[in-house]
Amino acid sequence: MDFGLTDEQRLIVETTRAFVENELYPHEAEVERTGVLRRELVEEVKAKAIRAGLYAANMPEAVGGAGLDTLTWLLYEKELGRANYALHWTCVARPSNILLAGTPEQRERYLYPCVRGEKWDCLAMTEPGAGSDLRGMKATARRDGADWVLNGTKHFISHADIADFAVTFMASGEEPGPRAPRKLITAFFVDKGTPGFTVRPGYGNVSHRGYTNAILEFDDCRLPAEAVLGEVHRGFEVANNWLGATRLQVGATCLGRAERAFAHALDWASTREQFGQKIGRFQGISFKLADMAVEMKAAELMIFEAGWAYDRGTATDAQMAMAKLKATEMLAMVADEAIQIHGGMGLMDELPLERIWRDARVERIWEGTSEIQRHIISRALLRPLGA
Amino acid sequence: MKVLVPVKRVVDYNVKIRVKSDQSGVETANVKMSMNPFDEIANEQAIRLKEKGTATEIVAVSLGEQKCQETLRTALAMGADRAIHVVTDAELQPLAVAKCLKAIAVREEPGLILLGKQAIDDDSNQTGQMLAALLGWAQATFVSKLEIADGKATCGREVDEGIETIEVTLPAIITVDLRLNEPRYASLPNIMKAKKKQIDSLTPEELGVDVAPRLVYTHFEEPPKRQAGVRVESVDELVGKLKSEAGVI
Repeated sequence: MDFGLTDEQRLIVETTRAFVENELYPHEAEVERTGVLRRELVEEVKAKAIRAGLYAANMPEAVGGAGLDTLTWLLYEKELGRANYALHWTCVARPSNILLAGTPEQRERYLYPCVRGEKWDCLAMTEPGAGSDLRGMKATARRDGADWVLNGTKHFISHADIADFAVTFMASGEEPGPRAPRKLITAFFVDKGTPGFTVRPGYGNVSHRGYTNAILEFDDCRLPAEAVLGEVHRGFEVANNWLGATRLQVGATCLGRAERAFAHALDWASTREQFGQKIGRFQGISFKLADMAVEMKAAELMIFEAGWAYDRGTATDAQMAMAKLKATEMLAMVADEAIQIHGGMGLMDELPLERIWRDARVERIWEGTSEIQRHIISRALLRPLGA
Repeated sequence: MKVLVPVKRVVDYNVKIRVKSDQSGVETANVKMSMNPFDEIANEQAIRLKEKGTATEIVAVSLGEQKCQETLRTALAMGADRAIHVVTDAELQPLAVAKCLKAIAVREEPGLILLGKQAIDDDSNQTGQMLAALLGWAQATFVSKLEIADGKATCGREVDEGIETIEVTLPAIITVDLRLNEPRYASLPNIMKAKKKQIDSLTPEELGVDVAPRLVYTHFEEPPKRQAGVRVESVDELVGKLKSEAGVI
């Protein structure tokens, strides 16, 4: 195996890191303090990201992206992950790969404008009664002649306030299942402004200041047949085929954030003096650093190995679940210990640590909770044995 | 017009410099290395000249160990057209570098050599000047404003009194200062394209240059730690301390 980076990968990491440090870090304090990401700021930074070729770099070259392989894309995600989430997600957007599943007309209307930075997408799956158990969704789409009529509520829909459209998953029917009937799901493009479609502000929350969530309401929202993404009743397949590596993306952003927290902890341990010596000389501090470094290394190897396997087409669900689980739990530990090493100063907003600590919390919940990941891993172990 | 841009691989400007425990030099093992920031500005200026149609080809040059190829890749990803690597593990001092660059200039016949005013590692600020002397070309140093037209370069130089403007006839050596421009990011598409660009390797021997150091470094040490200040109660006490302790009046 080769664990080294190619020249291109190294340069991409350098450019992304320099961009994050020079163009995103200076605006973090404002976003954290106000909880708002100003639109003018977004436009200013976005223009720079487009010039640097960083915007929508996750997309294939053929549609205007950078055509990065999965491993290189994860290296790029890791660097972006260092910064405030709202800033990097909005100003250096990575449109959902699910847009690639569209017809040529849908690509013209949704994919290309997102890649060019003219539109934003969002994904609407979660409902108040359907979180981890997505098949339990209650929002429905029913046929009415050639049209579809959507009804129901979605919540926790990230950045739906700025999005121009939502890729929305709706229960469109039922099929017989082994124990009980299973819901069939269809995915739709729903444009902002469609009659019967309302976006309301969501909840204030602990993680990712400036990055909003919204509540989407559908009240007899009528869509033409062309609004269906993929095949009717095959929404889950569309999601599974195109959203494969989002868990690795989450894990990769955790790696960058952990590295940033760790750098502060290491610096503090090697400069702060108490009881007449550098606090890093105390084993209580130095062993924390060693444990943090080990966890970071393990998570990094798991994320990048899973990315490497993804490119080869051999990545398993359990492998990606393991990597996501490890990286998100590692970040929680590293952020917590980085604060502990700093003592009271770690809690002050002079340093990014309290933010990283808050932001770490959501990572063990979204894109599949730690418990769902453990379920996936354990089923992969036990299912072949009939248990 | 062909532009030659020498670029040096140095310890990254963000790194806290540490002296090796045996005082033989600065620690560079496991330390982040980057292109000398002033050379980055020179490369950026060359790219802008090419974008304006003044320059037709940009050749980046670096001297030193194998890893200098990384620095050359960065120059290529920013927009240089091709690169020359003079491979050597020898310690390189400004005169040796200037001699190698002269030999390359004789081969390449550039209309302009653009380089950083100095490297941020040893701060020698000699290579450009020595190269101009060896080639017998005009030189403009510390340039923060540059216009090229009709075979002449009009250069704004940062001097103590302000900005001095001089005109030099090309071919010339121009060393650049901080405020000349703000270098671009190597964009992702250009990074991919740089993969196909050519890096030629040469040795000092092939250039006919003896790079043996002429200067000997005896030892390196860290600057003395700054002592904590004291608070004085009165002007008289301050004057007293300036006389007795500081010895400056």
